[in-house]
Amino acid sequence: MEVRVANVRKEFERFPALHDVSLDIKSGELIALLGPSGSGKTTLLRLIAGLERPTKGKIFFGEEDASQKSIQQRNVGFVFQHYALFRHMTVADNIGFGLKVRHGPSRPSAQEIRRRASELLDLVQLSGLEKRYPAQLSGGQRQRVALARAMAIEPAVLLLDEPFGALDAQVRRELRRWLRDIHDATGHTTVFVTHDQEEALELADRVVVMSQGSIEQVGTADEIYDTPNSPFVYGFIGESSALPVNVEDGQVWIADRPIGLSAPQAPRGEATLFFRPHDVDLVDECNGCIAGTVAASRRVAGTRRVELEIGGERQRVEIELPVDHPAAQKSRVAFRPRRWKLFPAA
Amino acid sequence: MADPEIKSYTPHHESQSAAVTESRPAKAVLMIVTFAFLGIFLLLPLIVVFNEAFAKGLGAYTEALTNPDTRSAIHLTLLVAAISVPLNIVFGVSAAWAIAKFEFKGKAFLTTLIDLPFSVSPVISGLVYVLLFGAQGLFGAWLKAHGIVILFAVPGIVLATIFVTFPFVARELIPLMQEQGNGDEEAALSLGANGWQAFWYVTLPNVKWGLLYGVLLCNARAMGEFGAVSVVSGHIRGLTNTMPLHVEILYNEYNAAAAFAVASLLAGLALVTLVLKTLLEMRYGAELAATRGH
Repeated sequence: MEVRVANVRKEFERFPALHDVSLDIKSGELIALLGPSGSGKTTLLRLIAGLERPTKGKIFFGEEDASQKSIQQRNVGFVFQHYALFRHMTVADNIGFGLKVRHGPSRPSAQEIRRRASELLDLVQLSGLEKRYPAQLSGGQRQRVALARAMAIEPAVLLLDEPFGALDAQVRRELRRWLRDIHDATGHTTVFVTHDQEEALELADRVVVMSQGSIEQVGTADEIYDTPNSPFVYGFIGESSALPVNVEDGQVWIADRPIGLSAPQAPRGEATLFFRPHDVDLVDECNGCIAGTVAASRRVAGTRRVELEIGGERQRVEIELPVDHPAAQKSRVAFRPRRWKLFPAA
Repeated sequence: MADPEIKSYTPHHESQSAAVTESRPAKAVLMIVTFAFLGIFLLLPLIVVFNEAFAKGLGAYTEALTNPDTRSAIHLTLLVAAISVPLNIVFGVSAAWAIAKFEFKGKAFLTTLIDLPFSVSPVISGLVYVLLFGAQGLFGAWLKAHGIVILFAVPGIVLATIFVTFPFVARELIPLMQEQGNGDEEAALSLGANGWQAFWYVTLPNVKWGLLYGVLLCNARAMGEFGAVSVVSGHIRGLTNTMPLHVEILYNEYNAAAAFAVASLLAGLALVTLVLKTLLEMRYGAELAATRGH
């Protein structure tokens, strides 16, 4: 099912949580809403689910306007951050709940409900745990039961709020791959919220980066990482270094020296230069480059991080060098970013 | 030969450090004071009640309880509890639901209001009903014109009892529901349940022990209430006397054996309530822990 969010605004007691957000989710897509806390990602998810009503704007399921539909009518599978499993029901009863509360002919027989529950338990690899209670399960198992329960109602859209937030790192990684497999096997349109960029970039077909109630960028992992469209995305996704610069005559300047980067399209004036610490070329002869004094150097896994002080203002930036690179021993290092982007100073 | 020092060594398993442990005499004094106090003020009266009840033998005891006025008092007490407890369950659950699950203006005020019967003397609660429904009261003339009798009749007793007992269920449920939040209900709704199904299958099972506990306390108070009921009852023997009122009448008539026989039933109710309460606390202590407060 395609989902279209059109110019949605949401206020909580006059305080805006989302400003004019629009988003197209394709059918069968696995999409991540990524952002720091307070960015509005969970609010957007709850709006799609129907747990909240938009203050303005509309939400379409397919061609149909679902904005005024209740959560029951929308037929969404929602997996809550803390699972919200019914503690007094067995695993099988939890999974069958959505079928049991149906009315009339759409309600399957008790036997059919049991069969469906067992099937779904097989799918989430928890066969044989039908009779357990939620308190008798590990965190990862509860997560799987919550997903099975949401899928039991054959939802139009599957929505997951921080699905792995409460789990430890190892289980997280396992479940991540597992969720991807389940998605590929079932083909549900799936939206999940996360603050973990690794999770979003690894798992999702497309990532929606959010900040302060707005969408900053939507794209594949490659697009988001390689061509961030705002200082926020540059800073939020992956490592980045930023330097205040000047643009003049189509050239980028630091103080009174051009640094060998030409930016013919950029407007004149103050700007901020962004680049990735690992995406730099070291140069020997500084003929248009960024040169700095080594202020600190530390070993990070397979590379060495060097902190440089640049120019008279002693702006600090980080670059990454191979561990055995001789430049790490020197007191001055000159380099030029391989890939970079300029944003006008705010 | 073994070293005598090692032989005589016994490890100490003091649960508290010496610094915060009182001396032996101080401990003894504290415990004696506590037990003596409880014994004199709680246990002794209870023993006296049963002792006096059976003072003239089992025959007199059963005779006292089968007396028509006594039986009418027992019936009335059961009737009042049977009406007021279910009503207070409905009220308590609604109030707790509203306060715990919704945000609205006047919420703090409502919470305070629920506690009102605890802070007001029961006699005053009774008097309020006299002022409202009495012959000279606010609605007195209207009630009389329509032939409705509230005061000095069963409806008045039920109203006064409801007033006095309405905090019990609500007070028990509000903290419990607040702690549990809306997550489970939202999950039920997202799975297609309607509001009633979410309440019946999810909310109610989540609070059942707290609810039972509240009902227990509510019932004990409904059956034992004296002050408020005394004001509105009119003390008509065989008609508007509840058990506590009947005990007083019998006692004032120097019929001590009968008075204590009826009193022993109330004391028995108290003991049963206490045992059930303890059992509930033992099994569901963690769930109930959040709800202490009265």
